Amino acid sequence: MKVLYFAWVRQKVGAAEEDVSPPPEVRDVAGLIAWLATRSPGHAAAFADARQLRAAVNQEFAPPDAPVAPGDEVAFFPPVTGG
Amino acid sequence: MPVVPRVLVQEAPFDMGAETAALFAGRADVGGLASFLGICRGDGGLVAMTLEHYPGMTERALRRIAEEACARWPLTGCTVIHRHGRLVPGDPIVLVLTASAHRVAALDSCAFLIDWLKTKAPFWKSEEFAGGTTRWVEAKAEDDEAAARWGR
Repeated sequence: MKVLYFAWVRQKVGAAEEDVSPPPEVRDVAGLIAWLATRSPGHAAAFADARQLRAAVNQEFAPPDAPVAPGDEVAFFPPVTGG
Repeated sequence: MPVVPRVLVQEAPFDMGAETAALFAGRADVGGLASFLGICRGDGGLVAMTLEHYPGMTERALRRIAEEACARWPLTGCTVIHRHGRLVPGDPIVLVLTASAHRVAALDSCAFLIDWLKTKAPFWKSEEFAGGTTRWVEAKAEDDEAAARWGR
């Protein structure tokens, strides 16, 4: 599974992307957040407040209960501020 | 058949005059054209702004928003260009152009496009101030409210 990070999520994690193999019990975005948060202090800081995070699965905005599976591209970022 | 919008995400500047002319030059079915040009503002000692985006998803999201506008209003043309990278006060950031036979479709669809792209296109702004401090811009509740007035 490819995970991408943007804006301050990228800065706190300390990487723009990584390949991860979460355990099979990680089935949705919320589960992936909980698992990723255990990977390093930077991850823990980035994922400390899930209300400040937004996600996309395969380049579509995705809610916390959206399923994730091996081979997916999952991105985490703050609420968008373009325009 | 809705028109196919022109959607670009790029670091380079764009030519608003040429983009505008391209939507009505040589044709007799365009009665009006609305435009929105978003410009980098230099509030509070801001010296630059860096726009980060999600290559691939950003283009898809903008295209979907533009296609929604073309489906909702009878447009003869629609252009959305959004820049990324480092911009300084006075630099254009985003251009939205909508053309139609009549003014209401052009004006309303232009407002819709800028409201929706602010809340539905993956861009993030980092502000840079004199002295070197930087800060991520936070999403505003009024932007969500502006987007919500167009339904979903």
